[in-house]
Amino acid sequence: MASLRFHIRYPEEKIPDPILYQIGQEFEVITSIRRADVRETTGWLDVEFTGETDEIDRAISGLRDKGCIVDPIELNIVE
Amino acid sequence: MAKMKSLVCRECGKEYPTKDIHVCELCFGPLEVKYDYDEIKASISREKIQAGPKSLWRYIDLLPVEGQPTVGKYAGFTPLVRAHNLGAFLGIDELYIKNDCVNHPTLSFKDRVVAIALTRARELGFETVACASTGNLANSVAAHASSAGMKCYVFIPGDLEAAKVLGNLIYRPNVVEIEGTYDDVNRLCSEIAGERHWAFVNINIRPYYAEGSKTLAFETAEQLGWRAPDQVVVPMASGSLLTKIWKGLKEFEKLGLIDQVSTKVNGAQAEGCSPIATAFKNGRDFFKPVKPNTIAKSLAIGNPADGYYALKTAAETQGAMESVSDDEIVEGIKLLAQTEGIFAETAGGVTIGVLQKLVKQGLIKKNDVTVAYITGNGLKTQEAVVDSVGRPIRIQPSLSQFTKKFALQEPA
Repeated sequence: MASLRFHIRYPEEKIPDPILYQIGQEFEVITSIRRADVRETTGWLDVEFTGETDEIDRAISGLRDKGCIVDPIELNIVE
Repeated sequence: MAKMKSLVCRECGKEYPTKDIHVCELCFGPLEVKYDYDEIKASISREKIQAGPKSLWRYIDLLPVEGQPTVGKYAGFTPLVRAHNLGAFLGIDELYIKNDCVNHPTLSFKDRVVAIALTRARELGFETVACASTGNLANSVAAHASSAGMKCYVFIPGDLEAAKVLGNLIYRPNVVEIEGTYDDVNRLCSEIAGERHWAFVNINIRPYYAEGSKTLAFETAEQLGWRAPDQVVVPMASGSLLTKIWKGLKEFEKLGLIDQVSTKVNGAQAEGCSPIATAFKNGRDFFKPVKPNTIAKSLAIGNPADGYYALKTAAETQGAMESVSDDEIVEGIKLLAQTEGIFAETAGGVTIGVLQKLVKQGLIKKNDVTVAYITGNGLKTQEAVVDSVGRPIRIQPSLSQFTKKFALQEPA
């Protein structure tokens, strides 16, 4: 089991969708939201995913397929 | 008693010991160093600083290390150039260029942050350092690790220009080219940092690393004769530099080293990667990530870690943010070179271009004491200007041809 931390940003048109709930249903990962800011025009979540590494990878791909931008919790570190 | 009290979460305020951690375990907010300013105030003075080394280590009382510097002893204390010509061109009476083009040893402001990061990494017992970078940071980490005898891993995207790869290889670090997008590099490095007991300078050492940027503010204030400027113009990549320049000025004020600070902190980005400046101009307190597309590669961070804090700083100081096109960046590089004899990399072109815009918009006024931060050397990004600087005038080795070519009169 691994625990990985991500910053997830929603596209504006997806804000009403229960995306994290869907991911929890579609993949065997436990999600724990630590901080979030969801408004009419933007939405982001800082989330911990716990599960098998390959399953977390699949869940992240699933989020990207739904139009989310997923980064490590540190955001961009390539300077 | 130690000057560093703790690491503190910038969001929830939870405190941690001063170890190699960078994210709050509770809310995942970023950590930064908390100092004991009463302790520092009891010993720091202008005279003590002036008696210190001619490097950034003269401010060691305000830097996050426990002992003496062991890496990057000569970084910092770069010239603050009174820019008479550029000032006259722009219509600013008192303009200065803080010239980190000549920082030691790798000619960019990254030598500051890396000097602090590696000194602290050694204190924490690390033998291996690492970074993910496309240019200046990699150069600096590789060079400092080489001189410190530390093992070094530099992670770069697979499509980097040959000249930039060479600039790392010369120091013989382990240069790891990752096949994939910048996002892939980003994710892999974050995972490696979690797996290995390495000092990843801009991940697990970031709270210490970032503090090195404060020294630009300290030097500015000291070199101006112990006063803060009215305006600063700062290039933004992650946004960290801008926030730390403000922090540095406020620390000097808090410790009584300078009078009250009312500096306006202005941020500069390239249009091809301007998430922070765009948010500011749209009046938002949050930014939207972008895919970078600009010649200013050293500023090309599409999802900047400190973007939110940079926006807060500009708002708090009544500063502004602007962006410039690639053409304006090239013009900015040329303007600085042709007025002040300073050849800056593309980030410098961004700073000068935005400085020009802010003056035109009336946000920087004629009598504002203004400092523009030039963070890297133009020799590193020559490809950006190679097509816009003309060619040499070719002649035969003959005095008459030289005279004819330049229509000079014969000497009397």
